[in-house]
Amino acid sequence: MSIQSHSGSNRIAGVGRLVPAKTVRFTFDGQSLTGLEGDTLASALLANGIHLVGRSFKYHRPRGILSAGSEEPNALVDVERDKSRKQPNVRATVQEIYDGLQVKSQNRWPSLTFDIGAINDVFSPMLPAGFYYKTFMWPKFAWKTIYEPKIRAAAGLGVVPGEADTDRYSNRFAHCDVLVVGGGAAGLAAALSAAQTGAKVIICDEQAEAGGALRYETDVTIDGKPGYDWATETLASLRALENVTVLTRTTAFGYYAQNFVGLVERISDHLSNPGSDMPRERLWQVRARKVILATGAIERHMVFANNDRPGILLASAARAYLNQYGVAVGRKVGVYTANDSAYAAAIDLKRAGVDVPVIVDTRDNPSSPVIEEARSLGIDVVTGHAVFSAGGKRRVSSISIRPNKGGNERKVVVDALIMSAGWTPSVHLFSQSRGKVAWDAANERFLPGTYAQDCVSVGACNGSDGLQQALDEAVAAGGKLAGETGFKGKTAALKATGGTDWVLGMIGSAPGAGADTTVKAFVDFQNDVTAKDVRLAVREGMHSIEHVKRFTTNGMATDQGKTSNLHGLAIAAEALNRPIPAVGLTTFRAPFTPVTFGAIVNHARHDLFDPTRRTPMHAWHAAQGAAFEDVGQWKRAWYYPQAGEDMHAAVNRECVAVRNQAGIFDASTLGKIEVVGPDAAKFLELLYTNPWEKLGVGRLRYGIMLREDGFIYDDGVVGRLAEDRFHVTTTTGGAPRVMNHMEDYLQTEFPHLNVWLTSTTEQWAVIAVQGPKAREIIAPLVEGIDLSNEAMPHMSVREGRICGVPTRLFRMSFTGEAGYEINVPADYGRAVWEAVYERGKPLGLTPYGTEAMHVLRAEKGYIIVGQDTDGTVTPQDAGLTWAIGKNKTDYVGIRGLLRRDLVADGRKQLVGLKTKDAHVVLEEGAQIVANPNQPVPMTMIGHVTSSYWSQNCGRSIAMALVIDGTKRLGETLYVPMPDGVIEVEVTGTVFFDKKGERLNG
Amino acid sequence: MADLAQAAQRAHPLQTGHAGVGSVSVALADNATRVSLRARPDAVAALSKALGLSLPLKPKTTTSQGNRAALWIGPDEWLLLDVDGSSLVADLAKVKVLHSAVDVSHRNVGIVVSGKGADAVVNGGCPQDLSLGAFPVGAASRTVLGKIEIVLWRTAEDTFRVECWRSFSGYAYSFLQESARDVAV
Repeated sequence: MSIQSHSGSNRIAGVGRLVPAKTVRFTFDGQSLTGLEGDTLASALLANGIHLVGRSFKYHRPRGILSAGSEEPNALVDVERDKSRKQPNVRATVQEIYDGLQVKSQNRWPSLTFDIGAINDVFSPMLPAGFYYKTFMWPKFAWKTIYEPKIRAAAGLGVVPGEADTDRYSNRFAHCDVLVVGGGAAGLAAALSAAQTGAKVIICDEQAEAGGALRYETDVTIDGKPGYDWATETLASLRALENVTVLTRTTAFGYYAQNFVGLVERISDHLSNPGSDMPRERLWQVRARKVILATGAIERHMVFANNDRPGILLASAARAYLNQYGVAVGRKVGVYTANDSAYAAAIDLKRAGVDVPVIVDTRDNPSSPVIEEARSLGIDVVTGHAVFSAGGKRRVSSISIRPNKGGNERKVVVDALIMSAGWTPSVHLFSQSRGKVAWDAANERFLPGTYAQDCVSVGACNGSDGLQQALDEAVAAGGKLAGETGFKGKTAALKATGGTDWVLGMIGSAPGAGADTTVKAFVDFQNDVTAKDVRLAVREGMHSIEHVKRFTTNGMATDQGKTSNLHGLAIAAEALNRPIPAVGLTTFRAPFTPVTFGAIVNHARHDLFDPTRRTPMHAWHAAQGAAFEDVGQWKRAWYYPQAGEDMHAAVNRECVAVRNQAGIFDASTLGKIEVVGPDAAKFLELLYTNPWEKLGVGRLRYGIMLREDGFIYDDGVVGRLAEDRFHVTTTTGGAPRVMNHMEDYLQTEFPHLNVWLTSTTEQWAVIAVQGPKAREIIAPLVEGIDLSNEAMPHMSVREGRICGVPTRLFRMSFTGEAGYEINVPADYGRAVWEAVYERGKPLGLTPYGTEAMHVLRAEKGYIIVGQDTDGTVTPQDAGLTWAIGKNKTDYVGIRGLLRRDLVADGRKQLVGLKTKDAHVVLEEGAQIVANPNQPVPMTMIGHVTSSYWSQNCGRSIAMALVIDGTKRLGETLYVPMPDGVIEVEVTGTVFFDKKGERLNG
Repeated sequence: MADLAQAAQRAHPLQTGHAGVGSVSVALADNATRVSLRARPDAVAALSKALGLSLPLKPKTTTSQGNRAALWIGPDEWLLLDVDGSSLVADLAKVKVLHSAVDVSHRNVGIVVSGKGADAVVNGGCPQDLSLGAFPVGAASRTVLGKIEIVLWRTAEDTFRVECWRSFSGYAYSFLQESARDVAV
């Protein structure tokens, strides 16, 4: 055996497909190592003779590399590009190496070779499956404070990165006629056949290259070419086709309803210097008319004592490391198998010059050409025997062999052991699609049974074990499914030779790890579950596989039990003495392999996390130094602090200015709906409690909208622009739901009405100018509208021009002052705002924000839906009985309002509260009681809904919902707070200008 | 007053220029006159006559005449687009048959995605099938882009017009640029 030392001492010259000259430098736990371009981290470590790569989850046992694929349970490492780009629990078998790759092992302290946590392995008899359910019961408080944190710290694998991820992630929606999952022989054949018809095909494979098992099956030809060459050429020809999208390094992780399949494409994880525009991963959300699953099969390990020692690998993995990467997994490699396929690996290793001292086969009298071939190569094939135990700690050093039925033991020195218990068809995605698996008793495996979606399985995942059989099935499926989507065409058959049938083997514990033993024979490596743990679960009364799984955590790690499920099931079934199908198989759920949050979130980060809505005047507010508050997705100017002002001072100044001179306020976020049609008034009659038919053109009315149950849903001012055209306003937060509510009733309850609804929220910028000088300020800017009190009284609307642009000018008020709301087409908002401000500034016009608006309206007792109401408040409760049309016979909520509980005494009603000490401002949400001396828990009779300091009133003001509140006017009630009880007097809700005279000023 | 009257200039919500990323450009569309038109089937003929184009009647279709276009949005709903300052609103005001026409010129903002891979850029956030078979030139529909609602109109093989509400235009523009960065890779 000729050794090539540049890229690892176990690299064999002339073997594998990597180019020896293309070396790549990387580090593992700080140790500088060299691999070859195309290596996975696993192949590069093995080439350097490193098997020990991590410590196990619970017992901190030394662990190595088991597989060469995504099913890897053991070799989980931490990959770090920099502080913010750090990924724990990366499978070394999936991560490709690049120059500068930095890798650390996990779950060890102080080092990988000496790990203090390994003491858990010594105490393992005290830590059986489910130990935490019973061992740490007393004292009760200690579970949360001591036991759970300690257990959690000791268990576990990688560490979550501490900084925000600076990588980019992206998303793509795609549609295709045929989606092929898997780029092995069957997947390539199916894709080729479907593509030949002209159908739109997407094929994905989780590996860097396609080929699947063809990467290591050396004795195979397809179409007269070596299997791997055929795969490479086929992939290239698929890539060249217009109608085919080839996605490598792409895992189909989730199969959802109606052939919606989630794929993650790893774009830059294998690159040394990915460009800054390059996303790390791209999520593909594919809607496929047909899906072909060609997901292959996963080799199972043998379950025997200490089968988790580093250096013990799956046979197919050893073959892949050899034939693809040119790496021998050891110099003296033992083989332990229960089927034929491990022989192929042994033969390849032997031919490459590796010493293969023994093949231990549990079968009594197996016969097959590969067995003969192995023997002819001089390998000692021992049948009817089992490996009872593996020696060595941080690397396997020997195996103990005994006849199955007991007898003399012999020890064979090895530095690696490869094993195969057989192949488990990969039915994960099929199961995710809600397909029902069927038990194939002859071959002891689950296969796709009843399909729930429009898909087919081909090849090894469908139990088609021979290569020719798999290809025939795949070619037929590709043509048939494409045909069903309307693409008919000739598909070419493929002729294959060679290949090992992936059939038979064993499931459950091997001889020597049976029910009468206490050895640590691992079933689930990642969650440290042994065969005896599964048996313990059964003894503890877990009879369903769902219970066994949860008690032992078998199959619940990030690998989802790809190698362990069937073994666990077989051991449980044996312990229960029931057939396997009767014990059941757990359902597979997405994701097939772990998916990063980044890929799921993709574009929705930073500014794109959620839309930020800004008004046309936003930049002006910002330039004035306004503080903003979030109202739904909107940014609203909250208050405009001047130099030296805090929020309190700014709001006081703004409130006083509005009452004494005038204020200017951005009300653009108010929802607006244009209701048009001859039945518009009739429709509004049905949607609001108020009457509308008689509202004159050019007049406004405050309307209340109820839900069917009689509770207030929204409110707003509605203007009649024409007989058949209304301009409806809603609350800022209520805009979308009010539109939906109206549209819902229009389409379902009142479809006979000739009326249409159009959202105009964003068509109009709204500039509120409020205060005694409002008219004086806007008058010179307005054209074509008579602003006199007589011509345009409070609650009217006129159309005309302002600053030369069209306006709908509303005379209305949410402050109690005379005022206007100037609606202009949104793009003019900023210019008109500035013109109004420049004109008004010398007259004392002051910009005010939402906080001052809240205070001003509270001074007048105007409610805010959602603050003073909470979905359980009727118009009567809110003191708005006047807004209900007395003569109306129908509107949404009219019957709800008649409910006995809504008209009975004892309703919470909206009242004002004045604190006895005028300087005390109540807390919104504070509870109200009648007697503060009653024992706790006190009887609460209400709560504060709005509370502010009112500079205009020179005192605090508040509104509250209080049981029978309107009967309590003048009563003293109490608000108990942590630092004392606050006395309050119940008052009316209007605190300022009780007669409302200022509105008409 | 005349001075003040001239002060009111339009301000577009997006103060960004033409932004090309690789083969794809994501650019702001010119200001347009837009009307949300609602009507029943019996009014279509009269409305079409007044508009000078045949209102499309099939889902995902549009018709256009010169600068004027009608996008089918729903069974009784169209989005009409024309150049800024067109007579669209006045033309409809003359129509006597039952309908609702609401000027939404300032409600929407148009963004044009064009160039090779424009479909992939839109598919970064829009789940619709944008293959030419399913969404040919001239197709339009109300749909989503990331977390917002848009109207999408394919005006040429490699050109899409995205119409969204004004306050969502910043999100739409950033999203499309971000997606264009991905497609350019």
